[in-house]
Amino acid sequence: MNRSHRHGAGSGCLGTMEVKSKFGAEFRRFSLERSKPGKFEEFYGLLQHVHKIPNVDVLVGYADIHGDLLPINNDDNYHKAVSTANPLLRIFIQKKEEADYSAFGTDTLIKKKNVLTNVLRPDNHRKKPHIVISMPQDFRPVSSIIDVDILPETHRRVRLYKYGTEKPLGFYIRDGSSVRVTPHGLEKVPGIFISRLVPGGLAQSTGLLAVNDEVLEVNGIEVSGKSLDQVTDMMIANSRNLIITVRPANQRNNVIRNSRTSGSSGQSTDNSLPGYPQQIEPSFEPEDEDSDEDDIVIEDNGVPQQIPKAVRNTESLESLTQIELSFESGQNGFIPSSEVSLAPLASGTNTEFETHAPDQKLLEEDGTIITL
Amino acid sequence: MGLHHENNAVVQIHFLPGQCQLVTLLDDNSLHLWSLKVKGGVSELQEDECFTLRGPPGAAPSATQITVVLPHSSCQLLYLGTESGSVFVVQLPAFRVLEDRTISSDAVLQRLPEEVCHRRAFEMVEALQEHPRDPNQILVGYSRGLVVIWDLQGSCVLCHFLSSQQLENVCWQRDGHLIVSCHSDGSYCQWPVSSDTLQPEPLRSCVPYGPFPCKAITKIFWLTTKQGLPFTIFQGGMPRASYGDRHCISVVHNGQQTAFDFTSRVIDFTVLIEANPEAAFDDPYALVVLAEEELVVIDLQTAGWPPVQPPYLASLHCSAITCSHHVSNIPLKLWERIIAAGSRQNTHFSTMEWPIDGGTSLAPAPPQRDLLLTGHEDGTVRFWDASGVCLRLLYKLSTVRVFLTDTDPNESLNAQGEDEWPPLHKVGSFDPYSDDPRLGIQKIFLCKYSGYLAVAGTAGQVLVLELNDEEAEHAVEQVEADLLQDQEGYRWKGHERLCARPGPVHFEPGFQPFVLVQCQPPAVVTSLALHSEWRLVAFGTSHGFGLFDHQQRRQVFVKCTLHPNDQLALEGPLSRVKSLKKSLRQSFRRIRRSRVSSRKRRPAGPPGEVQEGSSRAERTGLQNMELAPVQRKIEARSAEDSFTGFVRTLYFADTYLRDSSRHCPSLWAGTNGGTVYAFALRVPPAERRMDEPVRAEQAKEIQLMHRAPVVGILVLDGHSVPLPEPLEVAHDLSKSPDMQGSHQLLVVSEEQFKVFTLPKVSARLKLKLTALEGSRVRRVSAARFGSCRAEDYGEHHLAVLTNLGDIQVVSLPLLKPQVRYSCIRREDVSGIASCVFTKYGQGFYLISPSEFERFSLSTKWLVEPRCLVDSAETKNHSRLRDKSGPEKALGRARNSGSQSDGEERRSSPMMEHALLNDESVLKEIQSTLEGGRGSCGDWRSQRVAVGYGLSNGGGCS
Repeated sequence: MNRSHRHGAGSGCLGTMEVKSKFGAEFRRFSLERSKPGKFEEFYGLLQHVHKIPNVDVLVGYADIHGDLLPINNDDNYHKAVSTANPLLRIFIQKKEEADYSAFGTDTLIKKKNVLTNVLRPDNHRKKPHIVISMPQDFRPVSSIIDVDILPETHRRVRLYKYGTEKPLGFYIRDGSSVRVTPHGLEKVPGIFISRLVPGGLAQSTGLLAVNDEVLEVNGIEVSGKSLDQVTDMMIANSRNLIITVRPANQRNNVIRNSRTSGSSGQSTDNSLPGYPQQIEPSFEPEDEDSDEDDIVIEDNGVPQQIPKAVRNTESLESLTQIELSFESGQNGFIPSSEVSLAPLASGTNTEFETHAPDQKLLEEDGTIITL
Repeated sequence: MGLHHENNAVVQIHFLPGQCQLVTLLDDNSLHLWSLKVKGGVSELQEDECFTLRGPPGAAPSATQITVVLPHSSCQLLYLGTESGSVFVVQLPAFRVLEDRTISSDAVLQRLPEEVCHRRAFEMVEALQEHPRDPNQILVGYSRGLVVIWDLQGSCVLCHFLSSQQLENVCWQRDGHLIVSCHSDGSYCQWPVSSDTLQPEPLRSCVPYGPFPCKAITKIFWLTTKQGLPFTIFQGGMPRASYGDRHCISVVHNGQQTAFDFTSRVIDFTVLIEANPEAAFDDPYALVVLAEEELVVIDLQTAGWPPVQPPYLASLHCSAITCSHHVSNIPLKLWERIIAAGSRQNTHFSTMEWPIDGGTSLAPAPPQRDLLLTGHEDGTVRFWDASGVCLRLLYKLSTVRVFLTDTDPNESLNAQGEDEWPPLHKVGSFDPYSDDPRLGIQKIFLCKYSGYLAVAGTAGQVLVLELNDEEAEHAVEQVEADLLQDQEGYRWKGHERLCARPGPVHFEPGFQPFVLVQCQPPAVVTSLALHSEWRLVAFGTSHGFGLFDHQQRRQVFVKCTLHPNDQLALEGPLSRVKSLKKSLRQSFRRIRRSRVSSRKRRPAGPPGEVQEGSSRAERTGLQNMELAPVQRKIEARSAEDSFTGFVRTLYFADTYLRDSSRHCPSLWAGTNGGTVYAFALRVPPAERRMDEPVRAEQAKEIQLMHRAPVVGILVLDGHSVPLPEPLEVAHDLSKSPDMQGSHQLLVVSEEQFKVFTLPKVSARLKLKLTALEGSRVRRVSAARFGSCRAEDYGEHHLAVLTNLGDIQVVSLPLLKPQVRYSCIRREDVSGIASCVFTKYGQGFYLISPSEFERFSLSTKWLVEPRCLVDSAETKNHSRLRDKSGPEKALGRARNSGSQSDGEERRSSPMMEHALLNDESVLKEIQSTLEGGRGSCGDWRSQRVAVGYGLSNGGGCS
């Protein structure tokens, strides 16, 4: 516990960081030790303490370097906020019940005045309606290409998200062999390939997998050395949240996709998330905590209910943990390169790039990093 | 045990008399010299040398294809008869070819009179025999019927005999004055040995089973006795048309003649005789027959020639093994009662001591008494002493009596009349033909404290048996359990239930059934649990499960687990949907069957051809199978999958099911669809046990969202120790469970291990096995791992077998994987399916239909074959002559080699492993499946890493 409560200014010394927190019309200033920011829960408690709103459920947001209002609701984005704050961490607190979710997102702070005028004068709408980005709990995870930033461009990591859809996963795998470059020259090695897509199945409808794609990993575990049956069992065991890394048969397709991603990089302000699970170690337990694991127990022929987790210590921050849970992987509330939410977002922000040229440059840099 | 590096079948084995060495011939025509060395106080078989006979350049491969091997009594030389008719001589131990001593067919031809030479008298060498008295003479028999006595020093023919029939084998009378030859037309001839007449005529020629055409006599013994009348013992020669398919060995002595009829092919046989070479007579005392499926020893000294009970090498698979159950640490009293019951079943055996002596077993006395129960296809349960290295049959229980079957056991007994010809006499226990597949045993549960046994079978029958030392006659109470209850619209298309025999049935001493529960529909019983303290038995099928109170003989409840959409479960065994396991097993059987039948058709063909032909057929068959690309569908499991109602596991526990203040008896059931049902039971106290009914009501139902089949349920007490078995505490053999702390429920599915709290079921821990490594749990069992240092320290963990054949230990209660070994080959589906764990971290699985392999995960409980053959004495010839006679005799048996059919022929008493040939069949199939030779060696060495091998035979007497 390192709550160095030093109200007011005077946080000039190294290692501490000034925090300016706004709730309604009130400001509070305090400082945090940058190296030891503590946990989000503690920070949340601290905010409630300094604003003297102990029992009010609030939403916490901060202004990132680009001036975007981004939420803080877990350790990951809290740490991100602390580490990127320069020099001041600007915190915005809203009461939960009156929270304006649309406030979160790109350029919200810089265009704050505009937002305000919009609110004050609803008739003064621009031609293009502002994109409303809902709160994380409203998101439904969808199948997507993930981890583009950490994978070689010849590989593609696809999350097939079965939850909530009636579609079958709908693909078949087979044994095969692929040519690899090894220290001894080219070598033929056995591999697992997608052999067939079921029409109307999830795999086909997402368009993310294709016949003859070589399967490299299943939920972070390499398939090399495993038999077809083993890989089949792994996939079925992970079928609720299946993450497959493939080497697409059609590599040209891959490049096209990447350029498109970089073009629409308006959302990728957080593409270097440090806390993002890399899916390489099999220890992605937080990932597991999603709904696929909640077995149902029926007591005395009563109503079915989800089995609670036993070990967690009871905490008061239930609402926040709730968000965290429904949230997939503890990112900033956005699913990176999620195609569904991505496309309209990109088109919506396009117009604003021109007015904010510096931001765009920055983002383009990010984009090229991605495509490399 | 020794294992060749090559993955080739052993065709012949020959002992080098008195050397502690033996020579093996593989089907790739290579010879291997093995010697028995003492290492660390234990005899080990070790390969010294290997050799392949090479002919002159350009010679046909058949020129050096070895047909017969004769180790000379000097132990320096090995005579090798070949297909070309030449006999090569190699010097041991280096296998140096002595070219100048080769007895080529040309050389023999030159020394024969003209009238013999003009016929094509040679072809391949069928027999090589050393003169019983004069080491300078050997007998060479050629397949066309010519037999010569060759003088090794003079390199000349001393005598020759020419028969009109194809020669099969020759034997020399003890004094060397008479030879007996046997022929392919089922005849044998006696020839006097004298150099007076140049072309002797046979003294006597006879066709023992004539006059109709007979099959070949492939091997013959002519043995003298003190009483004067000789023993004639020969293999084959049966009338071709009516008994050509029998596998017989006939013994003729003093006007008596018996054709011992074996249920599997006879590979070789020998006769144990007077070991002293100076003795005037052979005086045979035992006949040792290696049949394809078992080793049979027949006492020739007792009237009626009864078989001798084998102390090891019992035929485990006399009827196919359908399930096994292991019970550790049997109380002495139960042990003695089982043995007593079993001893009354063995009255037909000879009292002769086992005549084969193969050294001394050094294995320490087993620390406890363990029972392995095997259930068989014919409705029998066999009780094996599994405490030490040898599985010994203690007692056999048959459930057939309870049912009406087509064949009445009394009829078959007297089927053979007195003056039948040929005088067939069935011997051996191997009998693969089941009268009715519904009789097959599927689940066994024995309570070692109370002597209650529950046995369940293929047609939904559940029998509860009680150990009774007296014979009894009583009616078995029958109850029907309708598992479908009020479910409508289902139609069972499978087999009908078994018909119980009405009225009182006579039972011999031993386990006697008193209650028969028949499930309706009569599907296979898939799980069984017995609680001897509460007097309850629970059983489950693919339709549901039930609980039966065997004290009051009353059904407590049944629960249908069928999903409304699950039509397939109702179709029974006729279902069109075949499980992978089933189809694999069937194709294995098909391959085996085709092999067996092809062998039967051509029993006397040239060895290489049969072998090659069938394996080629297999290979093409396999290639055809592989034409369709192997694909696997990736689909999330849904509630609509079929067979979700299949009850996989049942478990009784006294735990906190309802609330944390009171514990109560409970029954847990896990299904194929990932559902766990928990029933709270109310068992009346002992004094009112008969008055009040047992009550049950469902308390909980847990649906695992990953829907994988539940394969194990276990309750851990407050100290995270698995609850003890019923009556264990009452017998002071276990600490009473900790009822203070909170209990935990462990549910093991094929994919995950999960720990829940009790009584409120909330998830505490899990281990996602399949998601991490793609393997699935096939067997799981809690085992106590004792410390080998501290006597009383031990920990309970889970022993797990996966579908990849890996064995893992998963810690309790934290579910951390501890160690992992590959144990069974992943292709060996039947091996994996047959695995049973013991309560102390050991396990058994079938490496062939006839052999259990034993492994240990525990450092404390190790059972390994340790045996010492006293080599110092055997090197000294005096010992050889008196004590290891049988060895020599067995060695001699090999001399006349006969047709080698590519079978493993190791009946040597010296070996720790007695590999019945099934394994070689299986191995061949496996090697063709894998497409690579030598893989066999790989997996074997891996297996050694896990534990220590033990076959059903293991060890020495």
